[in-house]
Amino acid sequence: MSEVEGTPEGPKIGVDEWVARHGERAGLRGGRLAPLVQQAERLPWWALLAAAVAASALIPFISSSDYVIRVAVNTVLFALLALGLNVVVGWAGLLDLGFIAFYGFGAYSYALLSSDQFDLHFPALAAVAIVIVTSALLGLLLGLPSRRLLGDYLAIVTLFFAQIYVVLATNADRIKLPWNDGPTDFTGGPNGITDIDPISILGYEFTSVRSYLWLSLGVFTVVVVALQFVNESRTGRAWRALREDPLAAELMSMPVNRLKLLAFMFGAATAGLTGAIFASLQLGVFPQNFDLPLLITVYAMVILGGAGSIPGVVIGAITINVSLELLRDPSNARALFYAAIGLGLVALVRPWRRLAVVAGATVAFGIVVYQLADAIRPAWTSGSIEGGRFSELLDGWVVHPVDSTRLGNIGFILLIVALLTLTEVRGIWRTILLVPTLYLAAFVWENRLVTEPSVTRILLLGALLVVLMSWRPQGLLGTSRVEIV
Amino acid sequence: MSAQPEQPDRILELKRISKAFGGLQVIDGLDLHVDQGEIVSVIGPNGAGKTTLFNLITGVYRPDRGEILLDGGSLLGLPPHAITQRGVARTFQTLRLFLNMTVKENVMAAAYGRTKAGVLRSMLRTPSMRREEQEISRLAEEKLAFFGERLMGYRWNQPAYSLSYANRRRLEIARATATGPRVLLLDEPAAGMNPKETQEITELIAQLRTEGGYTILVIEHDMHVVEGISDRVVALDHGIKIAEGSFDAVATDPRVVEAYLGTKAAATK
Repeated sequence: MSEVEGTPEGPKIGVDEWVARHGERAGLRGGRLAPLVQQAERLPWWALLAAAVAASALIPFISSSDYVIRVAVNTVLFALLALGLNVVVGWAGLLDLGFIAFYGFGAYSYALLSSDQFDLHFPALAAVAIVIVTSALLGLLLGLPSRRLLGDYLAIVTLFFAQIYVVLATNADRIKLPWNDGPTDFTGGPNGITDIDPISILGYEFTSVRSYLWLSLGVFTVVVVALQFVNESRTGRAWRALREDPLAAELMSMPVNRLKLLAFMFGAATAGLTGAIFASLQLGVFPQNFDLPLLITVYAMVILGGAGSIPGVVIGAITINVSLELLRDPSNARALFYAAIGLGLVALVRPWRRLAVVAGATVAFGIVVYQLADAIRPAWTSGSIEGGRFSELLDGWVVHPVDSTRLGNIGFILLIVALLTLTEVRGIWRTILLVPTLYLAAFVWENRLVTEPSVTRILLLGALLVVLMSWRPQGLLGTSRVEIV
Repeated sequence: MSAQPEQPDRILELKRISKAFGGLQVIDGLDLHVDQGEIVSVIGPNGAGKTTLFNLITGVYRPDRGEILLDGGSLLGLPPHAITQRGVARTFQTLRLFLNMTVKENVMAAAYGRTKAGVLRSMLRTPSMRREEQEISRLAEEKLAFFGERLMGYRWNQPAYSLSYANRRRLEIARATATGPRVLLLDEPAAGMNPKETQEITELIAQLRTEGGYTILVIEHDMHVVEGISDRVVALDHGIKIAEGSFDAVATDPRVVEAYLGTKAAATK
């Protein structure tokens, strides 16, 4: 290998200046979010934590709506789950798809220890402590057979474990025990366990939603501090080392198998603790609370926020849970839908003249199509448009037939075809095709998607994830990782 | 416990080691020993079993037969991290740094085996844990300082992937020394380096012995390096030791020449 001479215009690869300017380039790589991230990185982590927790604790004083506070509590619980998963996936690099089972296990354990199911009513602190320890032990049990599995194999085994857990929770209501005559009901089957004791500490009973917000924020603070300290310790370094290269870690004196088990236990304990709070908040646990969709949601939070970063996964949890809640309301969903399309156009269509042409053409195209449809068959324009913000604006532009479901379905398929074609054509044809595609999107939205909010919000979230992940594959606050050099 | 009075300073000893992968006998009844403070080079053509030898010593593979002793104690059956904790550390022929961790963290991580703060103490950040962290940090800085300016200053906080190739090789050595070894196994430390860097690495290996006090077993293809550093050279071919002794003796040994160049060349010499 010879010394590489640098050219006057480019950086000299392999020599000192190139290394010295690494930080600068790392900033550039982050794109437009980088200055913000760098500002945030200059603050100490505890200041960020204190500010975030204090701001969230004030929510009940700003809004008296129980719904808003409940969304806040759920977001904190999701953040706790994301933090637990981050230990296993983000730090230790183990693809654990059984994570959500520990959440369910924690919730059910707390329910069994503090309800009439077995007529046990442990003091809340004792019950929570037992839940944390047993969850960690269950994590150890799952880890023991899986610690030698790598990558895909670990994913399959842990996914299997998650499924077994749901099946068990659904069916463990008629277990025949040798010392009992009749069948014993452990989990209440599909009906779950209800009438769980609320958490009470030193005589104070947490009953209102706002008290749970403060309780969960307190737990959140403790968990973040504990995890941050572990991350900065030799254990945290060893986890990251084993994620980078397990063989090198083992040969550099780190007991890889033990560290994997430890990561599993940490994730499981955090999930179990969260489950206990969830059970006492909801006052009931049901098998479908802990099924695969939840696992996917928590994974999306960790990946979107940036696996490996504590503030990242918390922001991921907030982003996803709050958007999912906003999308419940069709008029919010509509605003978000058009805003997302608008932002996407502004970001991707350059120069602005072309953008103006596309926007103008889309409006004109809509008016022409509407008039044509009205002239050909009045039934195509006499359906009803969902009310809400700017529904009057859309009347006279979007075709809304009486038979909206059938034509909406056809429109949906056409839209997908148009989108796929759009990715294949180049140049002027792309601009031309963009106009009917935009109109088609609005047509499908108003006639078909708006009537199915539960499907739509998942669709929109999926679209959001696709866009964000292609823009920042490392997640919002994650650092991009180099695999091969 | 049979002490060996004639060799009191024998630190690493391999007795009749054999290893086969399926039908391929990679190491066949190999005897090898390294004395305290010695630098021993292992040479041999590609596929001679040199890296396998390192993998056997460090516990990545288990030998089919034979015995490996460190200070008279057997290393057989120990997991790799335990062997490293007993004092055998290695570098890799194909670099295996923790690429996305910082330069300093790479070295700090390797101090795992010689520190003991548990997770509970870490979560509570007890004074003893904080003291240990400071020690780890100081240790890492000291190990990196061994390489002069190259791995110092602003480089501490940069990811390992941003280092140049030669610096990555240096960082691997720094990381290995942070485990607190007595025996260092260097797997082709000069591979891919230019003549100037090769010269440097030759001096560095000598320094590792004189200043670091390490006993060194090194695999190397570059004969200038081997000549410059070795107290003793061991030549392997097809898993069998074909020559052992001083560099001059081994380099001119007909069997070594044959292994590298073939019989015809040996005949015409």
